[in-house]
Amino acid sequence: MSAIILFTAVSIAKVLLGLALIIAAVRIFIGPRAQDRILALDACYVIAMLMLVTFGIGSGRTVYFEAALVISLLGFVATVALAKFLMRGEVIE
Amino acid sequence: MTMPVADLPLWVVIGVSVLLLLGSGLTLLGAIGLLRLPTFYQRIHAPTLGTSWGTGAIMLASILYFSVVGSRAVLHEILIGVFVTLTTPVTLILLARAALHRDRTEGNTSVPSANPPQDQP
Repeated sequence: MSAIILFTAVSIAKVLLGLALIIAAVRIFIGPRAQDRILALDACYVIAMLMLVTFGIGSGRTVYFEAALVISLLGFVATVALAKFLMRGEVIE
Repeated sequence: MTMPVADLPLWVVIGVSVLLLLGSGLTLLGAIGLLRLPTFYQRIHAPTLGTSWGTGAIMLASILYFSVVGSRAVLHEILIGVFVTLTTPVTLILLARAALHRDRTEGNTSVPSANPPQDQP
């Protein structure tokens, strides 16, 4: 009983996060300007990180945690660098 | 040491399930807002649903699950939660200021002009 409830909840969570990832990818494609695409890419990073943690709960292993931590770090750095590029035209002055 | 999933108490399973569904549902809601809202300055608010309660609820679910399964307190998901909570405002402020700078240099009249309040440091 417990296993069925947990498996169902993890599956539904994976489907919802996958839909969110698809919707953010649509915004990357149709985003009228560069800042929309950067915002959607940042949302994609966060959703992928949440999805990895959900995979970790579903499989019962903690190895997904490190991957989620690295993705959240890379998302922060990438978004800051892209925002800096939009502001100044170059990343490192 | 580790407990098989079928032996988990029911309150743990229901708590983990509710937190997972809450977090993923709020993240999906934020993504829909990212798609549907009309202007960039409104859209920039939407994904923060996923970074605040989406991240918080899924990290709480992970902490609860691995703490009960491993029979010890597993708290390293707090690291991701604190990191995302601290970095999201920084990135979104930088992005909003970059977008405002671009709109102003293009002479877009839908954003407030920089002249009356000089916000130079």
